[in-house]
Amino acid sequence: MNINLKVWRQKNGKSQGKLVDYKVEGVSPDMSFLEMFDVLNDRLVSEGKDEPIAFDHDCREGICGMCSMYINGRPHGPNQGVTTCQLHMRSFKDGDTIVVEPWRAAAFPVIKDLAVDRSAFDRIIASGGFISVNTGNAQDANSLPIAKDNADEAFAAAACIGCGACVAACKNSSSMLFVSAKVSQLALLPQGDPERNTRVLNMVAQMDSEGFGACTNTGACSAECPKEISLTNIARLNREYFAAQLGSDRS
Amino acid sequence: MLDSKIPQGPIESKWTKYKSTVPLVNPANKRSLEIIVVGTGLAGASAAATLAELGYKVKAFCFQDSPRRAHSIAAQGGINAAKNYQNDGDSVYRLFYDTIKGGDYRAREANVHRLAEVSGNIIDQSVASGVPFAREYGGLLSNRSFGGTQVQRTFYAAGQTGQQLLLGAYSGLQRQVGLGNVRLYSRHEMLDVVNIDGKCRGIIARDLVSGKLERHFGHAVLLCTGGYGNVFFLSTNAMGSNVTAAWKAHKKGAFFGNPCYTQIHPTCIPVSGDHQSKLTLMSESLRNDGRIWVPKRKEDAAAIREGKLNPNDLKEEDRDYYLERRYPAFGNLVPRDVASRAAKERCDAGFGVNKTGEAVYLDFAFNMKYKYGKQVATLKHITDPTEEQLTAFGHEVIKEKYGNLFDMYKQITGVDPYKNPMMIYPAVHYTMGGLWVDYNLMTTVPGLYALGEANFSDHGANRLGASALMQGLADGYFVIPYTIGAYLANEISVKPISTDHEAFVKAENEVSDRLNKLLAIKGTKPVDYFHKRLGKIMWDKCGMARNVEGLTWAISEIQKIREEFWKDVRVPGDANEFNPELEKAGRVADFIELGELMCKDALERNESCGGHFREDYQTEEGEALRDDENFKHVAAWQFNEVGNWTLNKEDLVYENIKIAQRSYK
Repeated sequence: MNINLKVWRQKNGKSQGKLVDYKVEGVSPDMSFLEMFDVLNDRLVSEGKDEPIAFDHDCREGICGMCSMYINGRPHGPNQGVTTCQLHMRSFKDGDTIVVEPWRAAAFPVIKDLAVDRSAFDRIIASGGFISVNTGNAQDANSLPIAKDNADEAFAAAACIGCGACVAACKNSSSMLFVSAKVSQLALLPQGDPERNTRVLNMVAQMDSEGFGACTNTGACSAECPKEISLTNIARLNREYFAAQLGSDRS
Repeated sequence: MLDSKIPQGPIESKWTKYKSTVPLVNPANKRSLEIIVVGTGLAGASAAATLAELGYKVKAFCFQDSPRRAHSIAAQGGINAAKNYQNDGDSVYRLFYDTIKGGDYRAREANVHRLAEVSGNIIDQSVASGVPFAREYGGLLSNRSFGGTQVQRTFYAAGQTGQQLLLGAYSGLQRQVGLGNVRLYSRHEMLDVVNIDGKCRGIIARDLVSGKLERHFGHAVLLCTGGYGNVFFLSTNAMGSNVTAAWKAHKKGAFFGNPCYTQIHPTCIPVSGDHQSKLTLMSESLRNDGRIWVPKRKEDAAAIREGKLNPNDLKEEDRDYYLERRYPAFGNLVPRDVASRAAKERCDAGFGVNKTGEAVYLDFAFNMKYKYGKQVATLKHITDPTEEQLTAFGHEVIKEKYGNLFDMYKQITGVDPYKNPMMIYPAVHYTMGGLWVDYNLMTTVPGLYALGEANFSDHGANRLGASALMQGLADGYFVIPYTIGAYLANEISVKPISTDHEAFVKAENEVSDRLNKLLAIKGTKPVDYFHKRLGKIMWDKCGMARNVEGLTWAISEIQKIREEFWKDVRVPGDANEFNPELEKAGRVADFIELGELMCKDALERNESCGGHFREDYQTEEGEALRDDENFKHVAAWQFNEVGNWTLNKEDLVYENIKIAQRSYK
C-alpha cells in the first residue's frame, strides 16, 4: 500500500507548527500504524533532509497509554476500542490520505511534533486518586469480602490507561472521564470509602486548576476511549461530588 | 570471593531475625537522608512510596512521561502468593521450593525464601490500596494456576494484573508526591552514577524535554530499571525498556550477574514481517485452558501452512499435544523454558503451522466446550445441551477470563481466536540476569542498590510465571525498607554533598562528551539498523539454543557491529532538545556492549540450566543437563574496559533443598 500522510510538525512548545506532507510507500497491511512511522522515520534519518517525527509510544500493546495520535480527526484513529499502537494498516486503503495531529488541549501543551505533556494527569492523581494506606498496615486480603459485581465494576473503571484520548476527543477538552474513572474505582470499593468526600473534592479542584474544560455530557470521551470506559462513571463522579459538597464544610 | 551477606540461622527464621536486629534510623535522621530511585515500575514505585512514608527524602526518576507507564504495566497473567486460600496444600515452603526448582537450582536460597515469606503481605497491601483483583461470587479472592506449580496460588485482575498492581503502587507514589515527600522527575533518563570515596552518591540525569544534564545527590541510589530483553531488538519489552542505567552502574563498579540467563516466553504472537518493531505476549494464564498442539503428520502441517487445510478440520487423533505427551504430570503447564524448547523442537522438525513455519497452536475449543460449556449448562439445568450450546456457553466464560487477550490477538493478527486456534511462538520476555546484589539488595558498589528485574537474585536460570510481579513488589514494599537501614544507619552524619563536587563535574562531562560524540559521527545508518543486526545475532546464537561455535562467532560479530556503530551511526538533531533518536542511540550503544558479555557468559557456562540451553549439554531426551560440580555458582562479571571483564563467582549453597535433575514428567 501507498499512504499519503499529513503530519503536524512543531519544533518545540514555543514555535509555530504546521502540517507537512509525506508519502510512505510499500506499507504492509500487517504493519501497525506506529511501525509505519518507524519506516518513515528511518527514511528521514537516512536521507538527512528532515528530522524524524517525534511521537510518544512505549509498550506497543495498548496498555501503557503513552501513544497519542489524533488520526483523521479522531484520537487513536478510526477503530473502536484500540490505541494508536494497536491500530493496523489493514484498517486503511491504498492511496489514503491520513492527517495526524497531536492531542489538542490547553492542559496538554505540545513538547515536539506529536508528543504532548500530560503531567496534569499525574497531578490530579496526586491530589486524591489513592487510598491513604502506608505499607505494612494491611489486614489479610480475604478479611474484606467484596461483592463480585462491585469488584468487576471497579476493575472496569480501573482499566483506564491515562492516555488522554478523552480530553482530546472532547470539544471542551474536559478530563471528566479520566477523573471519574479513578473516583469510581475507589468509590465502588470499601477500602476507598473513608476518604470518598475529600478525594472527589480535591481531584475535581485540581482538574479545574489544570485548565481542563467543563463537561457537557456529549459522550465523545467514552465513544473514543480505547478502553471503553463507561459514561456511567461521569454520572457517579457527579453524584459523589454533590454528596461530598453537601456533607462537607468546604464548598 | 563475593560476600552475599546471608544471615546465619535456619532458613525459616533468617528474615525474621534479620528484621528485628537490623540497625534502625530514627525518624529525625530519616528526614535528612536522601534516596534516589531510578525507574517507577513495580519495584521503583513501591520502594519510592514506602521509603517516603518512612520519612526519607526521595527523588524518583523515569524516562516515560508518567511513572504509571513503566513496563510492569504490561504484565498480564498474575502474581503468586503463598496464601493457600484454595486449601490445596500451598505453603511458604512450597512456593520457595517451586521457585528454586523452577529456576533450575541456580538461585540463592535465602533470598527466595524471603520472597515466599513476604508474598502474602503483597496481596494484603495491594488489596488495601484498592487493587481490584478478580473475585468469586462469595466476595473472596480468586486464584488460577501458572506453569511449574501444582497449586492455584496466582492472583489476577483479568489479563491486566500488572496494570492494576502498578496503578496501585503508582497511586501510593503520587500520594507521597502530593505530600511533598517524593520529588518526581518524569521524562528524565539516568545516564551515569556518581561514586565518591568508594560509595555511590548520586546520578547524572538528562531532562529529555530540554536535553539538559542534571546532577542529583543521594545518600543511596536504587536502580529499579527493569530487564534488558531489548538487546534482542524483538522482545515483549516496551520500546523504551533498556539496560542503560544498569550498564552505567556496571561500568562504575557494579558486578553483572548471570547475564546469559534470558527467558524466552513460549506463548507470543509470531513475527509477521521485517517491519516488526516488537512482539506481543499472550499470557501464560492461557495455558490453563489452552492446549498446545501441532499436527502429527508433516504433510498436514505443510497443508496448513499452504492454507489448504483448516486446523479446525484436523481430527483429534491427528493432533500431537506434545506437551501433554512428553510431560504428563504438568502437561501444558510446564515451566516456560521447557515449553519454549519443546515448541522450537517441533517447528525445527517441520511441524510448524504458519507461513514461516515458526508457530504452534494454542487451542481453546476443547475446554471452551467441554469444561466451561458443560459447567454453564449444568448451572442452567440443561441436561442434554447441543454442541452449539456448549460452545456458546463456554465462549462467555472464556471471554470473561481472557477477553482482553483475545481482543488483543484479534487486533494484531486479524484472526478471531474464539473461532480459530491461536498461533503462538516463543519470544524474549524477561531477563533473570542483572546486577549482582547481596541479601540486602546492594550491588558491589556501597550505597548502590538494584531491585526487581534489574537485579539477578531470585529466579535462578528460569523464572516461573507470575513471579516477576511478586519479586518487584517484594523488593520495593517489604525488603528494601528494612535492608537499606543497615547501610543508612552509618550515613546519618553525612551531610548532602554539593553537586559541584569534582566527581559530579567529571561524570557530567563524560556523559556530555558521549552524547556529543554520538551526534558528531554523522554516519549513514539509523540507530535501528544496528539494533536489528545485534538482535538477530543474539536471537540466532544466544537465544533458545546455544553452542560454542555460534557464541564465538557472535562475539566477534558484535565487536564488529560496535566498531561500525561508532563510525557510521547517524543521529539527527542536537543534544539540547527533545531528541528520541539520541536517546535510542545511547541505549543501543550500551546493548551492543552487553550483548558481547551475554555471549561470553553463555560460552563460559559449560552446562545447560533453565533458560540457558547449550546444545552440547543435554540429556538423551533433549532436556537441560546441569553440571552442579562445576557450575553451581553465580557468574558475577566485573567490568575492566569495553570488551574486557573479570569473572567472579558466588557459590550457591543448598542447605534446605536437595538438588536434583528437574523433572516435570
